[in-house]
Amino acid sequence: MMILAEITGSLGSIGYGLAAIGPGVGIGIIFGNGVQAIARQPEAYGVIRQNMILGFALAEALALIGFVAPFVFGA
Amino acid sequence: MANFITLSEVTCKFGDNECPFPAPGAGIFEWQPLASFNLFGFTSIEVTKPVILAMLCTVIVSVVFIAAFAKPKLVPTGLQNVVEVGYLFVRDNIAREIMGKDGDRFVPLLTSLFFFVWSMNVMAIIPGAQFPVSSRFAFPVVLALIVWVVYMFLGMKNQGVVGYFKNIAFPPGMPIGIYPLLTPIELLSTLIIRPVTLAIRLFANMFAGHLLITVFTVSAWYLLNLTNFVGFVSVIGYLGSVVSFIVTIVLTGFEMFIQALQAFIFTLLTAVFISSSLHAEH
Repeated sequence: MMILAEITGSLGSIGYGLAAIGPGVGIGIIFGNGVQAIARQPEAYGVIRQNMILGFALAEALALIGFVAPFVFGA
Repeated sequence: MANFITLSEVTCKFGDNECPFPAPGAGIFEWQPLASFNLFGFTSIEVTKPVILAMLCTVIVSVVFIAAFAKPKLVPTGLQNVVEVGYLFVRDNIAREIMGKDGDRFVPLLTSLFFFVWSMNVMAIIPGAQFPVSSRFAFPVVLALIVWVVYMFLGMKNQGVVGYFKNIAFPPGMPIGIYPLLTPIELLSTLIIRPVTLAIRLFANMFAGHLLITVFTVSAWYLLNLTNFVGFVSVIGYLGSVVSFIVTIVLTGFEMFIQALQAFIFTLLTAVFISSSLHAEH
């Protein structure tokens, strides 16, 4: 069989790179819209901040699972 | 000690022949037992540094709170003043913000969780300890299990055993056709994904933070080759070493922020889960 391309080292780093794309975009959207909401309605800062951090925590979990998986399943 | 890196074990430096960067890996989280006991002849209990730090955290948090509130005064002074600020922070920013007046019942639980998790995280940057206890997976898992038991119990108590599972599986007010899709997702998310992500979030943040700080600390040491001066290469090494050292300090500050944020998020999510158990969605 002819080998066209070969990668040595830990594939986990590539996996983490891929896993970080989605949450990266998501967290950007969450905080971008959160800041916009605070700018439009500064008196609702408390509620907006709570929900912003909540959404951030849920999106961030995906990237962190991608980070931990190579360590857990061996690289 | 397998894989465990101390700075004195980095024998060769940048610029030496055949000396790759000794990158820290998952090995820096594995500790040799300092003492081990045999319980009932078959279970062996091994005491490692994280265990001792966790006990220390328990003692610190308990002692501080008991000392502050053993004899509470109407007009607080000294330590009571300081600890009350922390208590009020949890009550006003987490419990009341999420659950309203209902939340007052759960402030003791949330306060204990917040300060215990925070103290476990802060151990990462305390000289001498310098290890985040929550980067050992068992500690967040136990905390997440406690949270899971609490919100499951509250849900069954407030909505009835059948009613609670019915409310999870079939949230009211949805078109009939969506239930085959929604029911498995909701069941999976409430029963399994919630506690699992709660534990993984705390664990992975502390794991990543500690690894990051260690990488830059080791590289600051590795790049500083004082014994074997090889001209231009060494100068580059010195520059890199200084940059790494500065980055270490900046990251330590950043980690302080992350530690408090993760403790906050852990408690906030606990409050959200408890709140969703108190009242059915409608």
